[in-house]
Amino acid sequence: MSDELLNLTGAQQAERIAAGEISSTEVFDFWRERAAADDLGSYLWVSEQAPEDAGTLPPIAVKDLFCVEGVPSMAGSRILEGYRPPYTATSVRNLQAAGARVLGKTNQDEFAMGSSNENSGYGPVQNPWDRGRVPGGSSGGSAAAVAAGTAPWAIGTDTGGSIRQPASLCGIVGMKPTYGAVSRYGMIAFASSLDQCGPLTRDVTDAAILLRHLQGRDPCDSTSLGIPGDIPLPSAERLDGLRFGVWGMEEPGLEPGVAESVRTTLAKIEELGGAVQEIDLPTARHGIAAYYVIAPAEASANLARYDGVRYGKRSANGDLTSMYEQTRHDGFGEEVKRRIMIGTYALSSGYYEAYYGTAQKVRTKIAHDFTTAFEDVDFVVSPTSATVAFNLGERTADPLAMYLSDYYTVPMPLAGIPAISIPCGLSEGLPVGFQIAGPAFSEARILDAAHALEKSIGFEGVPVG
Amino acid sequence: MIDRDQVLHVAKLARLSVTDDELERMPEELSKILGHVETMNELDLEGVEPTSHVVDLTNVLREDVPRPGLTPEQALEQAPDAADRGFRVPSPGAS
Repeated sequence: MSDELLNLTGAQQAERIAAGEISSTEVFDFWRERAAADDLGSYLWVSEQAPEDAGTLPPIAVKDLFCVEGVPSMAGSRILEGYRPPYTATSVRNLQAAGARVLGKTNQDEFAMGSSNENSGYGPVQNPWDRGRVPGGSSGGSAAAVAAGTAPWAIGTDTGGSIRQPASLCGIVGMKPTYGAVSRYGMIAFASSLDQCGPLTRDVTDAAILLRHLQGRDPCDSTSLGIPGDIPLPSAERLDGLRFGVWGMEEPGLEPGVAESVRTTLAKIEELGGAVQEIDLPTARHGIAAYYVIAPAEASANLARYDGVRYGKRSANGDLTSMYEQTRHDGFGEEVKRRIMIGTYALSSGYYEAYYGTAQKVRTKIAHDFTTAFEDVDFVVSPTSATVAFNLGERTADPLAMYLSDYYTVPMPLAGIPAISIPCGLSEGLPVGFQIAGPAFSEARILDAAHALEKSIGFEGVPVG
Repeated sequence: MIDRDQVLHVAKLARLSVTDDELERMPEELSKILGHVETMNELDLEGVEPTSHVVDLTNVLREDVPRPGLTPEQALEQAPDAADRGFRVPSPGAS
């Protein structure tokens, strides 16, 4: 029975538990052993034993930046080495209340800043499809664990693509909900106006189940609203009457193999009764520029709290100011320092309007592009990533090249809208992701469309075992 | 775009010490990123309102009801240096 678990989705495992065919403790232990044997660098901490009450759902792998009471929660940063929070994030508590227990904490780019997981303070993660390649980031550990079968499902966070891009590069499903759908309380903050928690799963149904439990208004996060209405299990098998606007197929950086896979998927949409038309998002190509002002600006403020006083590491050196400066120098990695510098510069006297003010206006225009598009189409679709998984080390020397990895995923969080990435095929033997975005709080419709498409694509090839 | 002096100024604002090696590298690295950022200026943004936040909410209020918070022990438990129910820090110095 337990070997079979590897080939079951989270939902199927929950059914076996409910039917009494296997106990939740056995399920937990199976995954705990798988997680403990991980050799891709996916985990920073794995539960040592099944909890007394192992719940009713298979256990969940949780990105390191979610606070879990008494469990190391370091956001992939050396400055929080050994930090064990005194409370648990609302999103994780919601999953616990639904019957899922924490399996382990997954590796990530430090403070979620990165697109390859190479910015982790605790070493990179290898892509299970090809160990010489990156899993994407920043939720690289969560994506690799689900793809490699060392976790049944996982959660991560997406600020500019950090759920969708690694899901794409690892051949799994990843969804960024509408901003405000899920509480951010207890999520170690990167960019507060963009950060959003979401699922990384084997299939669309599992994503719907996790999202159903994650979402909700939380008095501890005033920006949380929850998703109005139910999130039913997706059941659609046809796309009749639905209009899909495709965007970004002429971008120079788009790999031919990725484009081909996406075009095949567009043809499948039409086979299923949907209509495909090209659309333009004229401001979306400026998304990266606006994002790399707004996100670092917010990060520079959020990361001011790491000063060696209340938690985390301290480098003792002379007087108080020297202690702050040395602690932050030693504790933060290169990319984090780079972004603190950009953000501080953009917010500094004399530059604020030219950078932050301008970026906020670009943000308005990007949101307007989507609003206009949704007058004509139900969904906006594109590749999730212009390329398949790239080689470890390939983009580390050029920060700007790394930033451009998020070209297709950055506009949605700037507009606050939801989007999913589903695997749609292979190029050079590596997975390609297809992105479906919809208007704010259209999660149930996105999941339904993704479900129909997923069935039609029939992607198999999770490199488990 | 951004020179050594500005790097030092910004690092001071951000409370980051900078090594000689970083000071060598950073002006060019940050300038390249800011160069891309400045492509925003190609857009016509005349009359466009800024968006600071996508959620249309202002002044979310709640009842002012006491609820349990962290105990002093819990709050101090992770401190690098705690003493006398407080966070101990080095002297701010004479300057």
